[in-house]
Amino acid sequence: MSTSNLHFATIKHGGDRSFRAGAIAAAVVVVLLVLFVGVFLAVLAIPSLRRDTVSFLTSTQWNVGTGTLQFGIAGLLWTTAITSVVAMILAVPVAVGTALLVTQYVPPRVGSTIGFLIDLLAAVPSIIFGLWGLKLLGPFLGPFYDWLQRVLGWIPLFGKGVESTGNVLTASIVLAIMVLPIVSAMSRNVFAHTPRDHIEAALALGATRWEMIRTAVIPYGRSGVIAASMLGLGRALGETIAVMIILSQTTTEGINVSLFAGGETFASKIANNAQEFDSPAKTGAYIAAGLVLFVVTFAVNAVARVVAERRVS
Amino acid sequence: MSTTTGTLTSPRGGRRAVDLVVRVLVYVSALIAIAPLVWILVSIVAEGLPAILSASWWTQDLAGTTDRRAGGGALHAIIGTLEIGLVTAVVAVPVAVMGAIFLIEYARGTRWARLVSFTVDILSGIPSIVAALFVYTLLITLLGLGRSAVAASLALVLLMLPTVLRSTEEMLKLVPDSLREAAYALGLPKWKTVVQVVIPTAFSGIATGVILGLARVMGETAPLLILVAYARNLYLSPTTSNMGTLPTMINSGRNVAETLPGYSRVWGAALTLILLVMGLNLLARGVARAGRLKDR
Amino acid sequence: MRVTRMTKLAALAALSTIALTACTNSAASTGGSSTGTSAGSLACPSGSITGEGSTAQTNAIQQIIAAYNDACKNAAKIEYNPTGSGAGVKNFNAGLVDFGGSDSALSADEHTAAAARCKNSEAWDLPLVVGPVAFSYNLKGVSKLVLNADVLAKIFMGQITSWNDPAIAALNSGVTLPNTPVKVFYRSDDSGTTDNVSKYLKATAPSVWTPEHSKTWKGKGGEGKNGSSGVAQAVKATDGAIGYLEWSFATDNKLGIAQLNTGNGGVELNADSVGKALEAAKITGTGNDLTLQLDYATKAAGAYPAVLVTYEIVCSGGLDSAKTAVVKDFLTYFASDAGQKSLSDVGSAPLPASLRAKVNTAIQAIK
Repeated sequence: MSTSNLHFATIKHGGDRSFRAGAIAAAVVVVLLVLFVGVFLAVLAIPSLRRDTVSFLTSTQWNVGTGTLQFGIAGLLWTTAITSVVAMILAVPVAVGTALLVTQYVPPRVGSTIGFLIDLLAAVPSIIFGLWGLKLLGPFLGPFYDWLQRVLGWIPLFGKGVESTGNVLTASIVLAIMVLPIVSAMSRNVFAHTPRDHIEAALALGATRWEMIRTAVIPYGRSGVIAASMLGLGRALGETIAVMIILSQTTTEGINVSLFAGGETFASKIANNAQEFDSPAKTGAYIAAGLVLFVVTFAVNAVARVVAERRVS
Repeated sequence: MSTTTGTLTSPRGGRRAVDLVVRVLVYVSALIAIAPLVWILVSIVAEGLPAILSASWWTQDLAGTTDRRAGGGALHAIIGTLEIGLVTAVVAVPVAVMGAIFLIEYARGTRWARLVSFTVDILSGIPSIVAALFVYTLLITLLGLGRSAVAASLALVLLMLPTVLRSTEEMLKLVPDSLREAAYALGLPKWKTVVQVVIPTAFSGIATGVILGLARVMGETAPLLILVAYARNLYLSPTTSNMGTLPTMINSGRNVAETLPGYSRVWGAALTLILLVMGLNLLARGVARAGRLKDR
Repeated sequence: MRVTRMTKLAALAALSTIALTACTNSAASTGGSSTGTSAGSLACPSGSITGEGSTAQTNAIQQIIAAYNDACKNAAKIEYNPTGSGAGVKNFNAGLVDFGGSDSALSADEHTAAAARCKNSEAWDLPLVVGPVAFSYNLKGVSKLVLNADVLAKIFMGQITSWNDPAIAALNSGVTLPNTPVKVFYRSDDSGTTDNVSKYLKATAPSVWTPEHSKTWKGKGGEGKNGSSGVAQAVKATDGAIGYLEWSFATDNKLGIAQLNTGNGGVELNADSVGKALEAAKITGTGNDLTLQLDYATKAAGAYPAVLVTYEIVCSGGLDSAKTAVVKDFLTYFASDAGQKSLSDVGSAPLPASLRAKVNTAIQAIK
């Protein structure tokens, strides 16, 4: 606080003035960038949305090639949501488990090594996750998928989908691995800051390690884990190239709820058709999809921030 | 706390069993988390090593070759990745550092700082495809420019900015106020205090952030897919509409038949990219550690 | 082996170029050294050009670029982005690339847009690569499969769903067909291959294949994959799969290729049977804009009817002179005897001599 008082005292230097202006300009650039992303996408999407002859929110059609525009995001929204949600269901328990192991079960030196390895996973570029999912993970899981479909095929969630392993489940598993380090790192951070006296009190009362975790570590870290999961979710929703490489497309009208279905997410739809942006009307349709993705990730990230801040205060 | 009352006696069988089950689960989860890393690294090294061991890999592009001819290299893609990363950093780092200086040195605790901080959070959550689409609408749809390497760099700036800004901000926060006050006492104007005292103190942390930001953008694919066309030749001009990069080299060859020489080059590109990105990550770690040691 | 022969040819071409240009050194810049009759007359100007489009010609054009680079000692940089015919035409018309690659000749509308892009010069379609479409399948225990247009259309429209369907069995007496479900893979991106396949089906089985021909797949059911290579990889990985792709992708991936029965028993896909189909083709188009009209419904004995012609789309003028020189020289090599012959390595049939001469005339007329 004392510094901010001081800077008014020294503001008269010419160097100071321009340096301060530079800092303010940088901040303004950052704010404007975010504003522009939203505004530009909206401005370019609106003309196409006006000409859309089907419901943008509830239609699953996507015919933007010629003549009348027919595009709706229901299918994209479904595939984006199901891949991300399944990814989080798979990733969060594993991430929390690893965070607990690192902070509560092993000595700090071992813990930091494991943490380092998981952080390294975050450094793997998404194109490589995509390549791995397409070439190695998918074929490896093929027999397991067949079995799952045989046993549980009567449940719509495991019903008939595409024939290759380029399905929602493969994409979800790869997404889960991609968000795991994010959720794990933040969870590790909050668990590590569990007040020492809570832990010792629990242990002194004769609690087993799990009981100590349940009564001291988890209550303390819960909102942190939720915030971390929201950030991970934001990442999963917007992931592009890995999903694009893995998922097969289908001509099926409507939504197939099966985990073995193919499909396209907002991001993969845009990337797949990036070469097709030839007319403003057509481009506008994809920009509209991008705008929805932007709004959704914006909301998810904002919630994450609110949760994280509430924890601090 | 109420749940732990009455547990003064040593744990009984049931409780001990639950504890054991959880312990096993926790270890298993770590195995599950690390297994993909090992699998990915091992398979990429195994498939990609032969390609990158040849000298031509580092010295030639793919101009004289096809998917069915052996030889050639990834020079065009390596240079492209480095160049696009560098251009991105040149634009992003000054803005990020100045933005962090604004947050910590000029606006700490104010409403403006909260607003900027919030937008940085939003910016860090923007999917790369949205950043790419934004640059596409701005440069290509509205201004009528063509695709170019610079356009890709600009989209990557949006992804690098928040990473570098956040880490710089954290580092500036750690610089003790006493240091600033000492500088003022010596009659140093504020801007010189920041440039000559605060930034050097936080330098290793800022450098770590920059390197991590670079690693992130060099591994990105989506903006490159939309904003610059993949090239098999080496191009140096940042305004060229065609430039090869490692991620797009992998993408363009991902379906090459296994029987062809081009197949091993895809894995070679993957290995090169992993080496580059992980190398940068390790470098960042090293810089951070060196910084900590120096402080002691 | 082939590579060494290729290099020799290329070296020969290079030598003759040097011999030709040695006395008229300044001719290279105007491109006047090409007489248009012999194959070896390359000017090898420096510069860089970019083409984009059809994935069906990826293998062919990569081969030609590499051979041209050998012949010209990498004097020019030539780039080809295989992003699909749709994208190729669009980006050519948008002025983003110097030549387009497409599996379908320009439509009237596209011609108008292209003329604007070429500064009011006409854009020409030049047929340069002839590649058959393979209907590749992956069916355990079946090494020879005969299909016809009707059955293919029914498969792609989702009317035949099992490999032991009587309609398939009728064409394959003596072959034990499993009751594996038929799994169709198609191109998810806009593609000239899709366009040609749907033209072929529309011409030969119009009662079953009801949709109009289109670069976007209009079949029922199945699963979309990106690019010919993507379809090839999916067919290879899936038992019971069938997909359409350009021939070289089928051979690269060692996939089974169905024979087509046009009324006289199964016709195997090979250079011979493709040549026979080309004999039935007509050259249309005006002036130097050359379009090859294929007769998909040909019943000629031994002709493989599912043939795809891919075009390079170029400005007849209006491109900047440095780029024009490279485009012209590169295409001259593309249409040369040596260039066309080298394409048999990648599963394309050489252009018939009469057509090649016309293409060459057009190339030399580019200003």
